[in-house]
Amino acid sequence: MELFVNVILLSFLLAIALAIVRMKDLFAVIMLAGIYGLLSASFFVVVDAVDVAITEAAVGAGVFTLLMLVATVMAGRYEQGARHKPLLALAVVFITGSLLIYGSLDMPAFGYGPAPDHQHVDSHYINESMSEVGVPNIVTAVLASYRGFDTLGELLVIFTAGVAVMALLSTLYDSHSNLGTGPENKWLYEQQMPIRLVVKILIPFIMLFAFYIQFHGDYGPGGGFQAGLILASAIILYAMLFGIRTAKQVISPRFYQCLSAFGILLYGGVGVVALLNGEHFLDYSVLFTDPLAGQHVGIVLVELGIGCTVFSTMILIFLNFYERKNNQLDGCQ
Amino acid sequence: MDTVISVASLLCLLLGSFLCLSGGVGILRFPDFYTRMHAVGVTDTLASAMILMGLMLQGAEANVVIKLIIILLMTLFINPTASYALAKAAMYSGLKPLLNMQKSKRG
Repeated sequence: MELFVNVILLSFLLAIALAIVRMKDLFAVIMLAGIYGLLSASFFVVVDAVDVAITEAAVGAGVFTLLMLVATVMAGRYEQGARHKPLLALAVVFITGSLLIYGSLDMPAFGYGPAPDHQHVDSHYINESMSEVGVPNIVTAVLASYRGFDTLGELLVIFTAGVAVMALLSTLYDSHSNLGTGPENKWLYEQQMPIRLVVKILIPFIMLFAFYIQFHGDYGPGGGFQAGLILASAIILYAMLFGIRTAKQVISPRFYQCLSAFGILLYGGVGVVALLNGEHFLDYSVLFTDPLAGQHVGIVLVELGIGCTVFSTMILIFLNFYERKNNQLDGCQ
Repeated sequence: MDTVISVASLLCLLLGSFLCLSGGVGILRFPDFYTRMHAVGVTDTLASAMILMGLMLQGAEANVVIKLIIILLMTLFINPTASYALAKAAMYSGLKPLLNMQKSKRG
């Protein structure tokens, strides 16, 4: 039965990928990409990777779609025809792809028991994490404690992406950006009344859910990455329906910038505190007298840092894309 | 009592699946955008409600049932709003509904 569901989901994914390749209408491509994200999330649920599934649903079907929609508003809806023969690119892709497939031939099969990672690391995590870290969700234990340094790297990647977008596109502090809610809000008020009402009801629940995922990450699926994305999508929803200026008045872009840096600093700071207490970087056992309580405090703080940075970086990217488009329009007129 | 509940759950699930299918057929067969949206919007909301009710009748634990009720409420809020937004966007960008009068006039 599970095989049947897997085959159907994977063939849907393949069909959608082929449709994305063939389409020229970028709007349709983005919608298909959103469906692709949702289907891969369902696939991850079927293979019991619930944490990954939540992330994929929040990124692939949620924030990614929104960011890409704003990007197409900026860049135009239709794909332009090829300016040169794609043969060279095709050859490069083909060679790289076949090398990757060739490389994967050496890897052990999926779920193959005697493979090295199932022999040593896996059994250690599964058998010892409860006594070493004391967090029921092993994924969180691995992500935030055993592999804390890797996660710090991932968070830095997201932060760097936000900084790069700001460096390239930032126009957040233009003179006319603080002129009140403006005509945009009035138009939205007149045209989108029912949607605004429903969204107003839903936003608190979305935020509540985000906080649930954030603080329940030690016990169930979830954590900082997912919570940050869900919270960011709530704010983006608000900005889309109540006008970007209203959203900027509610929480100013400066706050997002500070929060984005604060998350990384919190994460690194926890590591430095552990270092100063005479342990390894990001070894949380020394944060409290009881090592297990120390681990728990460390994981909560680190997840909080992740949540802050992911949340504010996503919103900064969205705001920068949107403002860029507005400025382009102003430039045309 | 157990048999009654499981039969009711089965009926709900079957009806939900049938409505899902009929919504899918509607997308393919109906003539223009608005009728297609009607097919999906109406049947999808009822279908997901039916399937969730069927699952609720099967779920023994209270927290599962509460989660399903929350999902049901969310779908009841979101699905009609999404349909409304779609129709509004189509209307706003100038897509006229296919009317029977126009057809007979042309014919």
